[in-house]
Formats: sequence, C-alpha cells, structure tokens
Amino acid sequence: MLFMSFLVFSGVYVIGDPVDILISDEADAEDRQRAIEGLGLDKPFHIQYLTFLGRALQGDLGDSFIFEEPALGLILERMPATLELALSALLIAIVIGIPLGMWAGMRPESKSARVIMTGSILGFSLPTFWVGIMMMMLFAVQLRWLPSTGRGDTVDLLGIDVSFLTLDGLSHLAMPAINLALFNLALVLRLTRAGVKEVVHQDFIKFARAKGVGRRRIVLVHILKNIMIPVVTVLGLEFGGLVAFSIVTETVFAWPGMGKLLIESIGLLDRPVIVAYLTIILLFFVIINLVVDVLYSILDPRVRLQEVKS
Amino acid sequence: MTAAGTSYAGPTLEVEDLQTHFFTKAGAVKAVNGVSFTVAPGEVIGLVGESGSGKTVTGLSIMGLVDEPGRIVGGAIRFKGENLVGASEDRWQKLRGDRIAMIFQDPMMTLNPVLRIDTQMVEAIHAHRQVDKATARAEARDALGLVGIPAPEERLKTYPHQLSGGMRQRVAIAIALLNKPDLIVADEPTTALDVTIQAQIIYEAQQLCRRFGTALIWITHDLAVVAGLADHIAVMYAGRVVEAGTIDDVIDRPRHPYTVGLLGSVPSANKRGQRLNQIPGMAPNLLRLPPGCAFKDRCPRGDDLCLTEPTLQSQPNGRAFRCHHPHEPEGAA
Repeated sequence: MLFMSFLVFSGVYVIGDPVDILISDEADAEDRQRAIEGLGLDKPFHIQYLTFLGRALQGDLGDSFIFEEPALGLILERMPATLELALSALLIAIVIGIPLGMWAGMRPESKSARVIMTGSILGFSLPTFWVGIMMMMLFAVQLRWLPSTGRGDTVDLLGIDVSFLTLDGLSHLAMPAINLALFNLALVLRLTRAGVKEVVHQDFIKFARAKGVGRRRIVLVHILKNIMIPVVTVLGLEFGGLVAFSIVTETVFAWPGMGKLLIESIGLLDRPVIVAYLTIILLFFVIINLVVDVLYSILDPRVRLQEVKS
Repeated sequence: MTAAGTSYAGPTLEVEDLQTHFFTKAGAVKAVNGVSFTVAPGEVIGLVGESGSGKTVTGLSIMGLVDEPGRIVGGAIRFKGENLVGASEDRWQKLRGDRIAMIFQDPMMTLNPVLRIDTQMVEAIHAHRQVDKATARAEARDALGLVGIPAPEERLKTYPHQLSGGMRQRVAIAIALLNKPDLIVADEPTTALDVTIQAQIIYEAQQLCRRFGTALIWITHDLAVVAGLADHIAVMYAGRVVEAGTIDDVIDRPRHPYTVGLLGSVPSANKRGQRLNQIPGMAPNLLRLPPGCAFKDRCPRGDDLCLTEPTLQSQPNGRAFRCHHPHEPEGAA
C-alpha cells in the first residue's frame, strides 16, 4: 500500500499543475502566490508526499481543492451508489451466468449451447460504453421503457441511500447494472461451462450415478460445488474490477457514484480526491482478496488448515 | 427390493450376446461384441483380459452407465430375469446403487473431493430409501466398520483427501454395500493399490460376498488376483469371451492359446530365473477387426482356418472356449 500510495501520488503530481485551473486568469501574481502557499504546493515533492503520508496514517487523505471538504468524505458519500451498482451487476452475472454456463457445459453439442457461447463472445468483446449507449438508444429513447440517466428515488436503509427498494430506483438501476454485468456475465458463463465440461467426465460423477443418485442432485451438489472454486476466484477479483471500472458505466448513465466523481476530479486536477479514490480502491482489492481466501476454505476442504492431531 | 425380486430362484445375472459399440467419427468401435456369462447368487466371477479387451465396458453396460457415443446395440442383460437392455433411465436409477452396485478402478478419483464421507454415504442411502438422517448415518458407520475401517465414526467426518488410497477404496466398497445389493461389479478395484492392501481388500470382498450372498463380478487383468478369489472365470479378448469355465479348469487346463499365453506371462516361483513368456504383438484395433479370429495374428497356432470366426464350443460344467486349434486338456502349459 505504501508503494502504491507513492506511485499514485507521484503520478498525479506529474499530470499537471492544478493551480492553472483553480485560479482564474484575472488573478494577479500575488493572489496566485497566496493560493499556492495555502494549498502547500510550493513545497518540494518529497515534503508534500511525506506530509500526505503522515496525515493519511491518521485517516486524513486531504481536502478537495474544489469542494474544500475532506476528500475521503466526498468519496464515501458516493460509495453506496457505486457499490449498489457493482453488487447488482455481480448478482446479475451470477444468477444468469452460472445456470447458462452449466446448461452449455452439460450439452456442449446442442444448438442452445452454441447460441449461448456465441452470445458470450459478444458479451466480453463489445466495449461497455458502446453497449451502454446502444441500450440507452433502444430502451430509453426508442421504447421509452426505462429512464436513461440518474439514480431515481432512493430509500434510507440503515443510514445508506439505496435505489433498489423503490420501483423508480429499480428502473434507473436496471440498465447500468445490466450494462456493467455483461462482461462478467460472459466471463462467469464461460468459466462455468469449462468447469462443468471438465467435471462431468470425472470418475466421481460416474460413481455418484452408480450409487443411484438423481441427476438433479448430481448437477446441483456434485458438479456445482466443484466448479465454484475457480468461479469464486474470478468473481472476487472481478468485483474489485466492477467497482473500479464502473467509471465508464457511471459516466454513460450519469450514475452519481465514485467513478463519476473520479472522472470529474481528473478533469479538474483535484489531486486529493484522485489520490483518496485510488487508495480506497486499493484497500478494496486487498479486502476482496482476503474474502476470497476465506471463501476458498469454505468451498474446498483441501485448502483448509489441517487440525493437528495429538 | 420387492417380494417378487427376493423369491427369484434363477441366476442373479445373465448376460447374453451383449454388444456395446461406440459410434465414433471413424466408425463403430465394437468394444463388446457378443459377450455371454452367468452369475449365480453368492458367486464370484472373474472377468479377465488385457487393456482394451472390453471388460470395463461390459461392467459399465451392466450398470447402464455407457455414455455417448457408446450404446448397447444387441443382446440381453437379465438381472433376476428382468431384461435391462432398453430399460428406462428411471428404472436404471432405481437399480443402481440399490440392487446393482459398482466399485471403480481408481479410488483417488471416485469420491467427490469437496464432499464429506458421510454426505456421500448418506446420499447413497437416501437415493433409495426413506430413512431419517441419524439412521442413515448409523448405517454408513456400520458399513465402514464392516470393510475394516478403524474408528468409523471419525472417518465419517473426514474428506476424501484425508484418507489413503486403500482407505478410500474401502469407503467405495462400503458405499457399494450400503443397500445390500444382489450384485456388485468391481472394475479393477485393487489395481491402483499396494500389494498388501490388495490382498486385504480381496480377502474382505470374499468374506462379504459369502456373508450376504452377493454375486460379484471382478474385472481385472491380473490372473493371480482372480485365481485366489473367483469361482468362475471368463477370459475376454477384443470384445469377446474366448474362454470360460471354473477357476481350476481354466488355470490348470487352459484350452485357448490366448489364455495359455496369459498364464505363461504370470511370474511364479517355479519359473525363477527364466524369461517370462510374452504374447507377441498388440491387441487389435477394435475399429478394424480382422476377419475371423481376432487373436489369429498373435497366435502361435493361427492358420487359414482361423480366417473364419470360430464358434463358442460349450462343454459341461460351464466350460467354453472359442478356438479352432484348442490346446488339449491334458497337454496344457
């Protein structure tokens, strides 16, 4: 994390001088100087970095140059929207991707399986922003079924604003969530199919059949539990990706999440917000990896630490 | 299972002219090409042959577990008088694991790695009988004890990877025994195990069959194994039974040159220091079986007469062989 913070900080430092954007052209040299000193931008790079680091350790990631509020607060304020979007997308990817993948894996030669597989290629090769715009054209502009942008009505759930509990919110959520889910849906689908194709030919499936176990139980217990390991790994990593790359979807659908904030901040060279955003995303990835590791041990008994026998 | 089933007095299993073919792009592979044998209750029959002779496919056919592109194309499998060829998948599912059980070759592969032993045992009981979980678990524990697994209660809670190969095969055997089947098909169950474990498992299998009157089909390529275990033996070659009979008849007085070759290639104490015999050549390609006797090209006695398919010559006491030039009963190797 230390290394990452250094990388981000210096990267942002190199991008450009925020002073040019922050201060109007009419301001005189004296005003300009005062502003620079006020923001601490006159100090050399390493002093700036160390100051940042010292404050970051105390949970202070600096104030936004634009909003003059703590950057962390700004991001946390937008976080529920992004998380809601990412979780919905993840849910869609799982609920649709796994059954379709299993179907295709069980009958690899059938026509329906081929249609599914061809569709999945589209799923991960079409660029997200293009699909998003096309969806807007179709569902919002042509058919007028769904609203094109924004978040809709929100409800307060345990102190967090959520959209999915209101009909209006849900209709706003549907398109961006599906858009964001497409790539992962295709990924989960293909992964599930590959896993199923491998597992169905294993001896233990034949043995389960030899025991007289029903087809339903074989598919839902014997096969599913075995393919969950790679699926969970990828989903875990991809969830981090969903949060981070919701930037594109959020921008297209004007979803008021962290990603949109980041884009705006980059445009305005609002350094603290950018740095804080990336730090939080990094933290996210670390946590997700931990969760995935824990899930492993639940799914795969071979990974569990052996009890030491006395 | 049913009252009618238990009162049936005939043989447990009659396989008659069974033909299982695999339809590949290159043509039909005749893996099993007219196999017949009979197993009586409590009897152990050894199905012997080298790799690719069709013994495993015969076993899978009896279980109704032949997968595409394979299909049973002819013959009959009569289990207690009921012909199972063409039976519905539902009927098969009811029989499998309940009346007919199977043990597979590789114990490292037959148990699902992510499910506990008790889960895998209890589901085998629940697939056929409505009993509560505690009863099923108790039965599973008893079955583990029966096959000589120490501390069965603790073993129930383990995962397959925590057990050795021999232990896993015992678990597989215990699973096969759970519903007290009438017939067990054991497909090379000891091939992947150490010789000492092998001997133990064979001994236990024999004891269990005697105790419960279970018929057993023991598929193997190891003549030494069947010699100590089986009552009858059927030697398979290229999808056909080439010789059958009681274990003593076949081992002591083989008639078919292939059986003679097989017996000659088994190491034994009185041939110490000599080179082992080997059968020249390889098993024929099942896709393009030569006309006539499939063993002709490798046979020391093969001649033009062998270009026509020899018929199965049956003799009293279940003895049969399929050869134009059989070894004489006295002059065997």
